[in-house]
Amino acid sequence: MKIDQITEKNSVIKVINHPFDVNQLTEWLANSPKDGAVVTFIGKVRSLENETISLFLEHYAGMTEKALTNIAKQARNRWQLNRIAIIHRVGDLNTNEQIVFVGVSSAHRQDAFATTEFIMDRLKNDAPIWKKERTTRGEEWIAAKKSDINALKKWL
Amino acid sequence: MNKIVFFAQIRELIGTHEINIDAENQTIATMITNLSERGDNWSLALKSHSPLCAVNHTLVDHNYIIKKGDEIALFPPVTGG
Repeated sequence: MKIDQITEKNSVIKVINHPFDVNQLTEWLANSPKDGAVVTFIGKVRSLENETISLFLEHYAGMTEKALTNIAKQARNRWQLNRIAIIHRVGDLNTNEQIVFVGVSSAHRQDAFATTEFIMDRLKNDAPIWKKERTTRGEEWIAAKKSDINALKKWL
Repeated sequence: MNKIVFFAQIRELIGTHEINIDAENQTIATMITNLSERGDNWSLALKSHSPLCAVNHTLVDHNYIIKKGDEIALFPPVTGG
């Protein structure tokens, strides 16, 4: 699997097939003394009633990075932000591993909290990524959820 | 010529990631109908998975008219995050 990276000024957007370093990302986000807030979100592989063993994440290289970059741009148009990091893993992931990291730094916490949630809601709908779940009963592609589409209503 | 790429369930059902065809001046809807005639697995993949379509990495609706050199992607609703 190819590793793709787009780094704009004050934004890090990456699609990777290896674990990410949360401390390093948080340090980068927290770099400026002008920022009073750093908010980070980590999405993990969870195991529920289906007894998930692992996930396989497929993506459309090129379009994923474009979609994530576009989401970061939309966030900058709505809120006052300094740094934005969006890191998404693809390939094989085991239960409890980190799938996605979204982090934002801002002068004030309201903008940072709102942006983190906005980026996740948009990512769930806009990024061309698909999850296949491997359980004790076999493999299955995960179906898209209506609740993820409904989540966008709060940003209209 | 146009490169057509497929992802997730659609890719698995038709058994290929990528084909090259000349789909210039067709709508996406027409192209999907034509591809569906390639066999039962194509028909199943493209009719039962309500494919989303991206042209050159941007989502388009099925009325989009394909231009020379467009890269077209067909995929099911996304489930990342």
